Amino acid sequence: MTAPLLEIEDLYAGVDGKEIIKGFNLTINAGEIHAIMGPNGAGKSTLSNVLCGKPGYYVTSGNVRFKGRDLLKLSPEERACEGLFLSMQYPVEIPGVPITSFLKHAVNAIRSYKGEPELDTMEFIKMVKAEGKKLGLDNEMIKRAVNVGFSGGEKKRLETLQMSVLKPSLAILDEADSGLDIDALRVVAEGVNALHNENNALLVITHYQRLLNHIVPDFVHVYADGKIVKTGDKTLALELEEKGYAGFVKEK
Amino acid sequence: MSKENEINLTDASGDKYKYGFVTDIEADTIPCGLNADIIRMISAKKGEPEWLCEWRLKAFEFWQTMKEPSWAKLDYEKIDYQSLSYYSAPKQKVAPKSLEEVDKDLLETYEKLGIPLKEQEVLAGVVAVDAVFDSVSVATTYRAKLAEQGVIFCSISEAVKEHPELVKKYLGSVVPYTDNFYACLNSAVFTDGSFVYIPKGVKCPMELSTYFRINAKNTGQFERTLIIADDDSYVSYLEGCTAPQRDENQLHAAIVEIVVLNNAEVKYSTVQNWYPGDAEGKGGVYNFVTKRAACRGENSKISWTQVETGSAVTWKYPSCVLQGNNSSGEFYSVAITNNKQQADTGTKMIHIGKNTTSKIISKGISAGFSNQTYRGLVKVSPSADNARNYTQCDSLLIGTTCGSHTVPYIENRNKTAQLEHEATTSKISDEQLFYCMSRGIGEEEAVSLIVNGFCKEVMQHLPMEFAIEAAKLINISLEGSVG
Repeated sequence: MTAPLLEIEDLYAGVDGKEIIKGFNLTINAGEIHAIMGPNGAGKSTLSNVLCGKPGYYVTSGNVRFKGRDLLKLSPEERACEGLFLSMQYPVEIPGVPITSFLKHAVNAIRSYKGEPELDTMEFIKMVKAEGKKLGLDNEMIKRAVNVGFSGGEKKRLETLQMSVLKPSLAILDEADSGLDIDALRVVAEGVNALHNENNALLVITHYQRLLNHIVPDFVHVYADGKIVKTGDKTLALELEEKGYAGFVKEK
Repeated sequence: MSKENEINLTDASGDKYKYGFVTDIEADTIPCGLNADIIRMISAKKGEPEWLCEWRLKAFEFWQTMKEPSWAKLDYEKIDYQSLSYYSAPKQKVAPKSLEEVDKDLLETYEKLGIPLKEQEVLAGVVAVDAVFDSVSVATTYRAKLAEQGVIFCSISEAVKEHPELVKKYLGSVVPYTDNFYACLNSAVFTDGSFVYIPKGVKCPMELSTYFRINAKNTGQFERTLIIADDDSYVSYLEGCTAPQRDENQLHAAIVEIVVLNNAEVKYSTVQNWYPGDAEGKGGVYNFVTKRAACRGENSKISWTQVETGSAVTWKYPSCVLQGNNSSGEFYSVAITNNKQQADTGTKMIHIGKNTTSKIISKGISAGFSNQTYRGLVKVSPSADNARNYTQCDSLLIGTTCGSHTVPYIENRNKTAQLEHEATTSKISDEQLFYCMSRGIGEEEAVSLIVNGFCKEVMQHLPMEFAIEAAKLINISLEGSVG
């Protein structure tokens, strides 16, 4: 059996001097889709930021291994180059930087990390356009500056486009459905599903069940008070929707 | 040229200033100090006619009554004008007939700078380089091709000899020697520079380009450039500068005068990368430049684009005097300061003719302990009916120890004028950096990506090969500004 993609052991972490993650454990194998569900303010975004190494977030104890390497020792860009990707809840605007050029920098940074040659620009742009089209981002859109003047839905599509171009081993989707109407939700979910295969994994962080109708998880974890309080299959999500989080937090 | 440049610019030698080398060429330098005799000596060395010598002396006389300006937000050690040497030319007894005759060291210097003259001869017709070494032109290419069209592109010393009527008519007509302290000094002691004349109806077939390089020790640089675009003509002129590293402060007080006649258009682009001093601000070039264009003709147009990454101290306001009806002026500027650099820069738009329009896009980036000021004047005279101006000044701060200031002056004396001013100040946010880094882009590359995005509106006005070079310079100037 191959080693797990991601192993989190007894993780304690926080931000601004406040411990938010308290004794978190999770193992993700290639080919799996995990969902983490929890109430607002439970620290779901803290988890994704800690995993991606966002400055300001700190780890007090515990281990995180990604593809067998100590993830916490890597810089944010090294984590990305190793195949970790975060689809952000609130993607930022970068004025004047066209999406194609942003993505080209990212792809070439990752390729150079792996010792691969840079991509041919023409081929690359063709590829980005084709991937964008699948996500309902037309050519005009792709020429625009990163996230500048984008609607909530467009931002999420762009996150998904980046994921499809960067082809990560583990993609964390942080509230990928926020701000999306039903049609946009379907487009984003289809895009994500198309990328999923037995060699990569998804970690879907959400507080609504509806996204999980489209991206069907193998495991659902209930996250409360800094750790996982219950794990089940996709039916757990439906149960949560019915009972609310309160019942689970008490159950502990 | 870009290939050579790339080698230099991306050379990971760890040098803080990539062009810090001094070519060992014997320079013909006159004694330090400034007086009427020195000016006569300069004029004599250059074999100038009497009228020009007289003009220089008048300027010098006036200069002695002037005071060095102190209104700019700049702080530097007082310059002792008597300790400078005002003339330095590479020693060459006979002017070279071809590149083969040009001093080998000199050619190597240019190669390091990424101006492969030989390669350019082969590439034929892309860019003509009037290469200025220190103060005297030593190599001019493509003149024949330009001459076919009647375009004159030569050193100003040559122009004085061969086209005295043009020089006499226009020299000092845009920037009179009485204009300001530095311009006056330049008028008294200017050694060389470029001269361009585009005849009526001619669209200059290539971009004209001059590379300046300050080389001899303790030599003030006093370039003088004069560009005349006659009726219905067009020219795009590029000026790029790099200087070798040294300890003494080097003074540079240049003048660029441009005359634009009926329906003519001039595009003037600068990439300025003079030695900014070390991390402590020691060394570095003092750059006090007067650049001005007069749109004298109807429908005439001037466009200034500048990328300023160098110099310890910059004092520079490329200006447009919009005299002709329907004339227009544009100013696109990116100024980057890092470490202890100081820049006080901007533009002046003087509306005189009717229906004149002007546009100012200024992007300032400050990092380290640097200080930057945008200082701009938009002036609408009573005669300038329907004048329009749009001004946009954006400042980007990197880190918490730098400063950025915006000082816009507006003087409107015509009620039909429409003037708009927008200004923003922002910081590169941690969120933006993390966003890039979470996609695999390293911190320095992320900063350069964000900065290049910030400057895009200006960079797209630069000619292609210049834009590539400028983008690289921006990256170099910001090295080590984060983390």
